[in-house]
Amino acid sequence: MTVLAMVAPAAQVAGVLLGAPLVAGVMRQVRARLEGRVGAGVAQPWRDLRKHLRKQAMTPSGTTVVFSLAPAVVAGSALLIAAIVPLVTTFSPLDRMADLFAVVGLLLIGTVALALGGLDTGTAFGGMGASRGITIAALAEPTILLSVFALSLPAGSSNLGVIVAATAHDPWTVLSVPGALAFVALLTVIVAETGRLPVDNPSTHLELTMIHEAMELEYAGPRLALMEWASAMRLTVLLALLANLFAPWGIAGAGSGAGGFLLATVLIAAKVAVLALILGGIEVFVAKLRLFRVPELLAGSFVLALLAVTTSSFFASAVG
Amino acid sequence: MSIEIPNAEGENIVILESFASHEVGAHRSARAVEVGELRAQAAELLAAGFRLALVSGHDDGLTLRVVYLFLAGGPDQRRELTVTLPAAEPVLPSLAELSVPASRFERELHDLFGIIPVGHPMPRRLVRHAHWPAGWYPMRRDAGPPPEFVDAERFPFLTVEGEGVYEIPVGPVHAGMIGPGHFRFSVVGETILRLKARLWFTHRGVEKLFEGLDPVASGRSVELAAAIAGDTSVGHTLAHCLAVEDALGLAMPAGAQRLRAMLLELERLYHHASDIGALANDVGFGLANSHAGRIREELLRINDAVTGHRLLRGAIGVGRISVRALPDLVRLRALADDLADVARQTLAKSMVYERFSGTAVLALRDAVDLGCLGPAARASGVAVDARVDHPFADLAVAPVLGEGGDVLARFTVRRDEFAQSVELVERLVAEAGPLSYAADVPADGVRGGDARAAGAEDDARSTASDVRGGAASGVLSAARSGVGIVEAWRGTVVHRVELDAAGRLLRAKVVDPSWFNWPAVPVSLTDTIVPDFPLVNKSFNLSYPGNDL
Repeated sequence: MTVLAMVAPAAQVAGVLLGAPLVAGVMRQVRARLEGRVGAGVAQPWRDLRKHLRKQAMTPSGTTVVFSLAPAVVAGSALLIAAIVPLVTTFSPLDRMADLFAVVGLLLIGTVALALGGLDTGTAFGGMGASRGITIAALAEPTILLSVFALSLPAGSSNLGVIVAATAHDPWTVLSVPGALAFVALLTVIVAETGRLPVDNPSTHLELTMIHEAMELEYAGPRLALMEWASAMRLTVLLALLANLFAPWGIAGAGSGAGGFLLATVLIAAKVAVLALILGGIEVFVAKLRLFRVPELLAGSFVLALLAVTTSSFFASAVG
Repeated sequence: MSIEIPNAEGENIVILESFASHEVGAHRSARAVEVGELRAQAAELLAAGFRLALVSGHDDGLTLRVVYLFLAGGPDQRRELTVTLPAAEPVLPSLAELSVPASRFERELHDLFGIIPVGHPMPRRLVRHAHWPAGWYPMRRDAGPPPEFVDAERFPFLTVEGEGVYEIPVGPVHAGMIGPGHFRFSVVGETILRLKARLWFTHRGVEKLFEGLDPVASGRSVELAAAIAGDTSVGHTLAHCLAVEDALGLAMPAGAQRLRAMLLELERLYHHASDIGALANDVGFGLANSHAGRIREELLRINDAVTGHRLLRGAIGVGRISVRALPDLVRLRALADDLADVARQTLAKSMVYERFSGTAVLALRDAVDLGCLGPAARASGVAVDARVDHPFADLAVAPVLGEGGDVLARFTVRRDEFAQSVELVERLVAEAGPLSYAADVPADGVRGGDARAAGAEDDARSTASDVRGGAASGVLSAARSGVGIVEAWRGTVVHRVELDAAGRLLRAKVVDPSWFNWPAVPVSLTDTIVPDFPLVNKSFNLSYPGNDL
C-alpha cells in the first residue's frame, strides 16, 4: 500500500467538499444561460454558503437534538460515502468498506436524518416534506441497489472498487443491454434522490410543492449552510459514482504513480462537470411531474433496474 | 309585464315594467324599494338575467341607505334598487338564498356599516378580523379613529375532523412576492378536503379615503383609484373616471374613449404575458417564464413610450386622456408572435400539459353561481365580458371562451386574449385621432348643467339629468351618482360614486373582480392535491388589495 493510496480518500473527501457547491453552481449556470439569463455564476453556491455561515444559528422552539444533529448526520454520511467509494482510485485502504449495500445504507441514513430533522420542527411543511421525501426514498433506494447490482454480476462482487476496476479493465461490459438499462435506472433515481427536476424543483419558493426544501425550511444560518452543502455533496458523489461505474477511464489503479493520481483527480472532476452540464441542460427542457406521477417514474426505473439484473444474470450464466 | 322604450342610441330596449323608474345615468335607472319588497324585486331581476355587481352602503345621518346595482348585457342595462334603513336599527332581509355574491356583500355591509342581514345562513365576520372590536363600524360617519385592538372577539376556522385529517396553515406571510392571505388546508394524505382562504389582511379603508376628495379640482381621487390594486391601475382609474363622468353627465368623444380602451388592452397584454410565464414556471418549466419575462419587459417599454409610465399611470383623468405616442405596432406584432410561440412550446411539453389538464376544474354552474368574472369565468365557459356587455368605447369584441374550466383552460384563455388584445390595439391605433383630449370641466361646485351642455346629450338624457339634479324623488337624495364599468385584465371592475352639490365625493364603492373570484378557488380545488395548489392559485391570479380594499 503506497502513501498515495493512503492520500486518495483524503483527496476524495477534500475534492467533494470543495467541488460540490461548484457542481450545483454549474447546473444553475447552465440552466440560466440556456434560458437566456446571465446567471449568478458558478461560484454563487459558495457565496451563499459563506453568507449562511456568517449568520446566527437559530433553533426553533420545541425542537430537540434531532433537529440540531440532522445537518451533521446528512453531511457526515455524504462525506463518508465520498471517502469510501472509488472516485480517484480503485485501490484505497477504505476500499473493502466500499460495499454496494454499505453505500446505499449510508445514503439512506442521510435521507432519514433529513426527514427526521423536518419532522422534529413539528410544522406542517416539515412533516409534509418528510412524508414526501421518505416516499421517494423508499422507491429510489432499492433501484440504486438493483442497478449497481446488475453491474456487479459480471464483476462477481458487490464491492464497488472491484466493479469499477473490472469495468476499467474491460470497458465494453457496460456497453451492453444490462449496462444501458442500469444506467437509465440509476440516472433516474439519482435525479429523484437529489431532488432535481422533474421530481422536485430546487429553485421554487412555493412551500406547498416542495419535497427536499420543505424539510429544510426551518433551518437557518450555519445549519442551513451544512444542509445545502450536504445535499450538493450527495449530488456530487452520486454523479461521480455514476461516472466511474460506466466510464471509469483514467481511474488510478494499484500501480499508478503520482501522475496517475493527479490525472485521475482531474478526470473525475471533468466527468462530474460534464454530467452536471448535461443534467442542467436537460432540466431546462423538462417540467416538474405531478407528485402522484413520481412513484410511476420511480417504479419505471425500478423495472428497468430489475430487467438489468435479469439480463445481466442471463448473460453471465450464458457466458459462464 | 315588460315594455320597450327607445334608449339614448335610439335602439329599443326591453325594460321590466316594475322597474321603469328614474333614469339616473348612462343606461342606468334607479328605484327606491321598501325593505319588504327588496327580496322579490331582486329575485325578479336575477331571474331576468341580471347579475348583482355591487352593493354599496351609505351613511346619510339619520338613515342608512343600501344601493344594489344589477347589471345585464346585450343591451347594456344597469338597474339600481335602493333601500333606506333607520340608522338606529338597520336590518335588511338577506338575499343570500338568491345569490352567493349578495351573501358576501351583506357580510361586508355588516362589518363596515353594522347593517344586519336577517336570515343570513353564515353571518360571520368577513372584512374585519378578530382583533377589531364588535360594534365599531368603520364606514359609519361617526366611527371616529380606529379603536384599540382587542383579543376578545372570535373568528374561528372550521375544523375538519376524521382519521388522518391534518391541517396545513400557509401564510399570511409567503415566500414569494405576493399579497397576504392565510390559507388553511384540511388534508388527507395529499388530497385537499377543504380550503379556507382568509383575506382582508390589507384592508386599508380605501373607500373611506375617497370621501371628501374632489375628483375634478384635484387629481387625488384618480391617484387613489390607481393605487387600489397597483397591477390594475388603468382598470381602476378608468372605472373611477367613467363613474365620475357619469355622475357629472360628461360625455367623452368616441376618439378619447378609444384611446382609453387602448390603454386597457395594453394593461391586459403585459399581465397575460407574465401569467403565461408564471404558470409554466410553477410547473418547473422556467424556460417559458424567462421568455415571457422578456416579452413583458418589452411591453412595459412600449407602455413607457406610450404614457411615460411603465405601468400606464397618469394618462387617464376625469374628462381627460393623453398619451405621448401610439404603440409601435411592428414591435407589438413581433411580441404577439413570440408569446404565441412560448405558449405553443409550453403546451407541447407533455409534462406541462399533463399538469395543466384536468387540474382544479371550476364547473360552469359553480362559476355562474359564484358570479365569477374575467378570464377565470370565461375559461369555464361563462360569456361575461364588460367590453361586450357594458362597452364605453366603440369597439367590437367577442369574448374568448374556454372549455373545461381547468388550469389548461385558464392558460389558453389568457393566450387567446393576448392575441385578441394585440389585434384590438392594432385596430385602435389604425383609427386613432388626436393623442390627447381634455373636456371642459369647470372646477367650481355648480357645474352640472354646463358640463352636460358641453357633451353631446340628447333630450332623453337631459330629462334624466334634471331628475338627478333636482332631487325630484326625495328618496334618491340630492347626490348625483355615477357608475363606471370596465373590463380590466382580471375581469370586470365596477365603481359607483356619489358626488355632493359641490362636486366632492360622498362615497366611492369599488368592486374588483377578485371579490367575486376568490370564493371560486376553494370550490375548484375539489380532489386536487396539495402540491398543485400554487399552480391553481396562479391560474386564477387574484388580487389581494383589490379584494381587501
